[in-house]
Parts: sequence; structure tokens; C-alpha cells
Amino acid sequence: MKTRARNLEEPAVASMEALGFKLDEVPRWNCCGAVYSLADDDLIHQVAPVRNLIRVKKQGKTELVTLCAFCLNTLKRANLLMRQDAEKRNTLNDFVDEGIDYGGEVKVVHLLEVLRDEIGWEALSQKVKLPLQELKVAPYYGCTLLRPREVAIDNVEDPTILGNFLKALGANPVDFPESTRCCGSYQVVSSPHDISEYTRPILSSASGHGAEALVLTCPLCDYNLGRGQKELTKKGSGFKEIPLFYFTQLLALALGRGPAASGSCSGAGSPGMSF
Amino acid sequence: MSGKEKNKRSAKTAVSEKRQMAAKLIPVYIMGKRYEVPEGLTIMKAMEYAGYILIRGCGCRGGTCGACGTVYRKPGDYKLQVALACQKTVEPDMYIAQIPFFPANRALYDFSGLTASPEEVFKLYPEMFRCVACNSCTKACPQGIEVMDAISALKQGNITEAAQLSFDCIQCGLCTSRCFGELAQYHMFQLARRIYGARTVPRAKHLAEMVKAVNEGRYERALDELKQAKEDELKKLYQEREVEPMAAGEDWKPTDTRYL
Repeated sequence: MKTRARNLEEPAVASMEALGFKLDEVPRWNCCGAVYSLADDDLIHQVAPVRNLIRVKKQGKTELVTLCAFCLNTLKRANLLMRQDAEKRNTLNDFVDEGIDYGGEVKVVHLLEVLRDEIGWEALSQKVKLPLQELKVAPYYGCTLLRPREVAIDNVEDPTILGNFLKALGANPVDFPESTRCCGSYQVVSSPHDISEYTRPILSSASGHGAEALVLTCPLCDYNLGRGQKELTKKGSGFKEIPLFYFTQLLALALGRGPAASGSCSGAGSPGMSF
Repeated sequence: MSGKEKNKRSAKTAVSEKRQMAAKLIPVYIMGKRYEVPEGLTIMKAMEYAGYILIRGCGCRGGTCGACGTVYRKPGDYKLQVALACQKTVEPDMYIAQIPFFPANRALYDFSGLTASPEEVFKLYPEMFRCVACNSCTKACPQGIEVMDAISALKQGNITEAAQLSFDCIQCGLCTSRCFGELAQYHMFQLARRIYGARTVPRAKHLAEMVKAVNEGRYERALDELKQAKEDELKKLYQEREVEPMAAGEDWKPTDTRYL
């Protein structure tokens, strides 16, 4: 977020300012670990997300907004663990040793939820200065906003939050069956050559359903889809690249805060800002 | 009692009092072996008192060189404590081990080719991403540095923050000795401070001007005069030199401005 996905963060901060909200970065935050540890006896990897949550509580805040879908997933699941498992909660509180006990009190939400629940699509659409001219955009959710069910920000099978978001900005959301299909996630670390095979069905399906662009929420999706389509193009067979945008870039543009605020193209996938 | 005897007795008392004062011994365990050492000594002096001759793990003796990182435990306390041996005074029943050196890989780089890009730091020290935020490093820092926060800053690409948070680092390596993720924090911080100092902080104009003036020989005459001065004359000059007052303002100047 601070290096390769600044084009996710910077437009988010600018957009929220335009909407009358100030996003306060958590002081002294540490990396949440990105992937929630599923091992039952592996508490050390819960320390990082839990420490962030405790520090938020220590600062007297009750709600934590994430921009990254992976952070949302990891923090929310660690939070659930702290609420539901008394024994692990005690062990973690003892080990983290931040001076206060934590029991999952902080509410973790994604920025899209703030837009939906605090501001509302109707109010958001009224703030739009430059509607997206019915641009056909495919909403791509990936995995971590919706799975597992306990931390999903929307209906797991039939999510509408990104589609409604796009409608509020004046774009035309393009439904496509692969909108919640996994981009390959961290599998690409161990098998980098499979990246194009993970991403091909997603990108082809979006284009095939008439999308002119894809909207994303996650830096890893951006990396995989961006790299994947570059490789697919190299391989030939008529594959055509499709512009990738973070939802915050489209938001900033529509609110009249772009393209300067919509961020530079620093990521490997480089959501395109060619207009 | 004759005067002589009285004198003898008081002398004896004085000696025993002195011995008592000097000999308030407390037990400490240096690398597991029990020694009785005088109270009030630093750990370093206590080790020397016990017979150790320190040729490593001992440098400035003033708490700034970082050579004498030490760990100790006290009975009944599960927590490992850290200290600099030259600063911490011994306490009864301390179990002490000095860690004068801890193996930690230092990346090789040509500094002149480095910019201030976070990616360069990531490449040189990729193991920083093994940090699990356990915070053991912070607890092991005798300088009270928020070591983990500085590592977090570095991971976030904030070299300036990492440099500023780690400013007091003396490179003792105790953080590294405790790291779950096998990071060499102190080497990473040194790189951060180098980048910060060389690429981020604005250059001091007055320093460049002064270096130029020195190179152009502005102070040659004054130095020559001093070199040629006789010893007595030098002493006199030294004793009569004008010292800048403690609370002097920015615009303070000496009475004799010939050498400015």
C-alpha cells in the first residue's frame, strides 16, 4: 500500500476528504501478515493482526477501516478469534503485552462498507462531479472480501456492493460469472508460470461480457491480473489487455479528484490511468 | 589506656570500617559460575573484578559504542533482561552473560549507486518481511528504541521514519539475538540512516561554505602562528582564550575577529 499500491491508497484518502471524511492512518501499524494463518496451533502468526487491533483500541478508537481486501480478511478473522476463543485470547493478550486486554471490541470494516453503510449509494451519487459516462466496468471481487462467510462484506454467492458502487459513480457494471473467482493469490509465488492460466478465465470472461475495464479492491489481484495479462498478450492468440482500476481510482475520478489524486501507476499490474 | 594504644585501636577500627565499606560483597553468576563482587560495580567492572580480562565486548565504557550488550536474569523472574555491561550495576543473584557479538548478515552494497528507493532496501534485506510483529526486538533494546515499529516503517517503505526511530541505535545486536524472524535489524537501520543522511536530509550550506573556506586557506595564517609559538606563549594563549558563553545567541562573536 505504501510502495507498490499507492495508487490504491492516495485516491482513497483524497476521495474521502471530498466526501467529508478524514481517514486517520493508525500510528505504528505493522503488517498484518497478509494471509490469515489457518493452523490451529500457530498463534504466533495471529500476533501481528491482534497487535494492530489492540493498538487501535489503545488509541481510543472503535472502528478500523481497511483499504486492502487482504488486510480486511486477516484482521477480521483474527478479531473473530479474539472474540470466540477465550483460551487463545488470553495467550495472545499475555504475549502481545501491550498493557491492555483485548477481546475483539474494535469493528473492522472495508472502505466499500463505509461508502455503502455510512454514506449510502444515493448520497454518493449526488457527490459525483464527473459521472463515468456509462463506462462498462466489470466488478471483480476476488476472494478475500467474501470468503469465508463469517467475514464477508456482502452476500457470498451474489455480491452487489461493487456493482452498486459503480452505478453510483455513473458507470455500467458488467455482470460476469468469474467476478468472485480466485486470481491465483499467493500460489503465484510457488508457481509463477501458472499466473496467466489463473487469470485468463477471469479476464476473458470480463471482456467477453462486454467490459471495457475491470475494477479491483486488492493489490494482489492487481499484481496477478496485471502480470497475467501481460504474459497472455506476449503469448499472442489474440488476447487483448483490459484496463485495471482500483475502486478508489474510479471514485476519485468521479468525485473530481483525479487523475492527479488517482495515483501513479506504480504497481506491477499498473491499473491504467491513460486518460 | 595509653595514647599509643588508643591510636592503635582507632587505626584498627578505621581499617575494619574501610574494609567493611569496600567489601560489601554480593553474589552474581557470570556465565553460570558464582562470584562475590563488590556492590556498586558495573557488570563490566564486576567481570574484571572476578578475573576476566576483556579484549572484546568492551569499548568506550561510556554507553555509546554498543560493544558490551549483556543479558541477565534474576531468580524468580521469567523475563530476560538486557543491559550494557558498562552501564548497569550488579544486583544480587544476577545471572549474567555478555553477548559482545551476534552473527548477523550485513548486505553488501555500493552506496554511491543507491537512491532512496524502498525497493532497494527490500532487495538488500528481503528477510525483513519475515517479521511477525512479536516485538521481542523492542524488549531486547537497551536503548529503548521501538525496534519493531522501525522495522514496520521500513517495510512500509518509510526510510525516514526508520532512520529517525532508530537514531539512538548503538548496533549492539541484542535485537537480532532475540528475533523470531531472523532479521538483522541493526544493519537494516544503519542502511536506513545512511540513506536518510545522504539522500533525504537537505545538505548543510554553511558546512560546504566552511569546507571551501578551509580548503582555500582561510585558517592557514592562524595555524602557522600557533605552530611557531613557543610553549609559554601557547600556554598563555590557551589560558587567555575567549570562550563562547553557554547562553550565547546565534549572532555571538569573539572580541578578536581577526581569524573569522
